[in-house]
Amino acid sequence: MEIVSSFFEKNGLIVAFVAVGMISYLGFLISKYVLKNKIPGAAVSILLGLIVAYFAGLYTGGSKGIADISVFSGMSILGGSMFRDFAIVSTAMGASFMLIRQTGLAGAISLVLGTTVSFVGGAIIANLFGYHDAKSMATIGAGACTFIVGPVTGAALQASSEVIALSIATGVVKSILVTISTPLIASYIGLNNAHTAMIYGGMMGTTSGVSAGLAATDTKLVPYGALTATFATGMGCLLCPSVFYLILEKIL
Amino acid sequence: MVIYGVSFLGACYILGQILGEYLAKWIGVKANVGGVGFAMLFLILAHDYFNKRNLFSAEAEKGILFWSQMYIPVIVAMSATQNVVLALDSGLLAIIAGVIPVFMCFACIPLLVKLTKSPIID
Repeated sequence: MEIVSSFFEKNGLIVAFVAVGMISYLGFLISKYVLKNKIPGAAVSILLGLIVAYFAGLYTGGSKGIADISVFSGMSILGGSMFRDFAIVSTAMGASFMLIRQTGLAGAISLVLGTTVSFVGGAIIANLFGYHDAKSMATIGAGACTFIVGPVTGAALQASSEVIALSIATGVVKSILVTISTPLIASYIGLNNAHTAMIYGGMMGTTSGVSAGLAATDTKLVPYGALTATFATGMGCLLCPSVFYLILEKIL
Repeated sequence: MVIYGVSFLGACYILGQILGEYLAKWIGVKANVGGVGFAMLFLILAHDYFNKRNLFSAEAEKGILFWSQMYIPVIVAMSATQNVVLALDSGLLAIIAGVIPVFMCFACIPLLVKLTKSPIID
């Protein structure tokens, strides 16, 4: 047993690949068979990750979730800021500059407005719940943009791990809600054409929620929504830890 | 070669993050400011530039696509290493902060569609 545990510790990153693969597989199974694809596998897997971190935290009393269990210490490498930021940057590849220009003014306005509305809404709610410092409010407001913008902002502003976890949870709640509510709300907001889909993608931001929600509404709309949604994360990562944070700090 | 794509992505990442570090220093924030966003912009513009001149092979693109498909697993790993026990002390916050802004955004969409109704791709 000692041989196995010291081997796991020495090969932490590989162990993390295996562990995340298993969590993701379980997430997709639950998504497919229990939830009948109503919630995307990605969202379920992320929730499972948070659940794992919760029980690991109860078990170890530490602050780094499953990474506090020594055989899983590699999870903090795979889930650390280097791999996270690297993988996020790579997702921008799908978008070409030609298409961005075609998206035009509407897409740009929706990106800025969506990021602003989400940030302001999230930050105000954070304040009502007793987080009165600019760092925490900005991180939770960023989490209301997407579950990626939250931790990126939190890491940049050096917010506490607790607040970063909250911002991820906020983003995950949003992703799930967007997925579920998009087909229900589509007819009320005129979501049946590419123009609206692009605005919708920019306003909602969460790429996984938008692409899953649009897939449930009309698969033809997916690329248009996903295109602008891809930029929402970049926009959020750009604005939240900089301009928005500074404005928030001035107001407080 | 796959490594060309990974290297290209890495270069965009480094340039963006370093710009983020300098911008942070310039505006006086004690951390990286928008490095990820800049790196994404570099990747889009540089990829577009090279792609138009047929200098980007499908193999090299695979090196970038691999990482874009790894982003959800990386986020899963990140979730699994967060301090969720502490976060759950105010679990209702995450739900309310996740729900209210979504409906605020939904409400904005019809307004924005009306204001910008010049369909290019319709």
